[in-house]
Amino acid sequence: MSALVIEELHKTYRNGFEALKGISLNVAEGDFFALLGPNGAGKSTAISIIASLTNKTAGQVSIYGKDLDRQKNEAKSMIGLVPQEFNFNMWEPVVEILVNQAGYYGIPRKAAFQRAEESLRQLDLWDKRHTQARWLSGGMKRRLMIARALVHRPKLLILDEPTAGVDIEIRRAMWQFMKQINSQGTTIILTTHYLEEAESLCRNIAIIDHGRIVEQTSMSHLLSQLNTEHFVLDISKPLTTAPELPGYNLQLVGDKTVEVTVQREQSMNSLFESLTQQGIAVMSMRNKQNRLEQLFIDLVAQSKSEEQTS
Amino acid sequence: MSTGRVKRIAYQTIVTKEVLRFARIWVQTILPPAITTTLYFIIFGKLIGERIGMMEGYSYIEFIVPGLILMSVIQNSYANVVSSFFSTKLQHYIEELLIAPVPNWIVLAGYVTGGMARGLIVGTVVTGISLFFTDLTINSYSLTLLVFVLTSILFSLAGFINAVYAKSFDDIAIVPTFVLTPLTYLGGVFYSIQLLPEFWQQVSLANPVLYMINTFRYGLLGVSDIDVRIALVIIIGFIALLTWYSLRLLSRGVGIKE
Repeated sequence: MSALVIEELHKTYRNGFEALKGISLNVAEGDFFALLGPNGAGKSTAISIIASLTNKTAGQVSIYGKDLDRQKNEAKSMIGLVPQEFNFNMWEPVVEILVNQAGYYGIPRKAAFQRAEESLRQLDLWDKRHTQARWLSGGMKRRLMIARALVHRPKLLILDEPTAGVDIEIRRAMWQFMKQINSQGTTIILTTHYLEEAESLCRNIAIIDHGRIVEQTSMSHLLSQLNTEHFVLDISKPLTTAPELPGYNLQLVGDKTVEVTVQREQSMNSLFESLTQQGIAVMSMRNKQNRLEQLFIDLVAQSKSEEQTS
Repeated sequence: MSTGRVKRIAYQTIVTKEVLRFARIWVQTILPPAITTTLYFIIFGKLIGERIGMMEGYSYIEFIVPGLILMSVIQNSYANVVSSFFSTKLQHYIEELLIAPVPNWIVLAGYVTGGMARGLIVGTVVTGISLFFTDLTINSYSLTLLVFVLTSILFSLAGFINAVYAKSFDDIAIVPTFVLTPLTYLGGVFYSIQLLPEFWQQVSLANPVLYMINTFRYGLLGVSDIDVRIALVIIIGFIALLTWYSLRLLSRGVGIKE
């Protein structure tokens, strides 16, 4: 069964801005799905419509087979949303925010306290349960929104830039947590500007730009479309000019650092052999740019030029 | 879980949240009206009132007590919903409700009940304070209670509509200051409209607050400037109208959804 099906979704705002121009999406049950796009592409509008925060202009949305127009309450009860902006009562204690949210889903107060405890412990916020939300750090506020979104145990969790502005340690802990709840069966839709995050977590991906889906495929298939990769090599001895290797484009960017562009059909072994023949040992190697980032930039640039042409 | 139970729990959750909100800040919500009304009782009831003499067969303080009680109900029911729902919008935690399977009428009922709770608690406190200054006679318990409740419902709804349209704190202050307070003061809290010239008596009849205050006064003292049956129809009619309008606003997402 599909966790989310969107058909021909349109949104035109009152000022005439057409944020969505008929997007269609299908997210399978249990998927970890990335919805990516530049700022203003229409990601948040799409998410707001799915979460009933924005009225659509046209189109259909169904969650686990429940139509958002005709079976509104059933559809809504299966969604959890972690929005981009903090949207809780800053003056309320953390535990009450969760208990109230559970209550809105029909969970009795006593059971709601148990659910709140469970969610807060999972997100490492139990010690802060009596603290007013405004006193939490930025990372804690993000985790509070995740805890709140999970308190009614949704089958579909939508995370709209959940790790924006949090430090790398917390971000990695959050990734681990997201992987864990996904492995337990929760379908996750993630939007993020950290493309390494999407690449390492998500199995399927859609890229949206100017209100249209420009790519929807599996992450592995998308990454296989990458024709060239750029690597940074740290070498053993200092050089004054870039080594010349037939078939490879190398540039010296530091006395002991070289950048190389490798085509998909070229092997890394032959690159290393050629360097070894010239007496250059590679001490370490890394991607110059995240692979998904390169594809993302290419696809968005292509979409932009198509938009300008049309 | 049955949908009826889900709705009942959602309603209880909103009401509990609303009551806890104003109870937590009782120094801002319960105490000020109690102090203000005590001053009214002292100044208008005792100091000035004793020089005014009788009004419609009652001492002046007896005459103004019903109006002052109802004024506190009106102001506090209105203030509770307008400030609470506007904050909900301003801080975007209205989204907690919009995303959840809570029907619009439950949202409205929850906020209106919260407004009623504050209006009725403050009204009860003011009634208690009035007993220090005069004896309270009750002509009809049922009518008194009915008007007490209907008035708090009506002004909670009015506060809700104000909050839906409000875009800034100015917008939630303008209506109470420039509309609600004049209507209440000119609605016969401190005087009988029989004291006014004929023209102004007719103008006063266009003021809906006049009907509530007079019906409440009739419930307590048994005297009124208007026919209480007509007044009840008008009050219930306004409640029906504002309920319909509030639900329409919620269903269209005015002020809360793009």
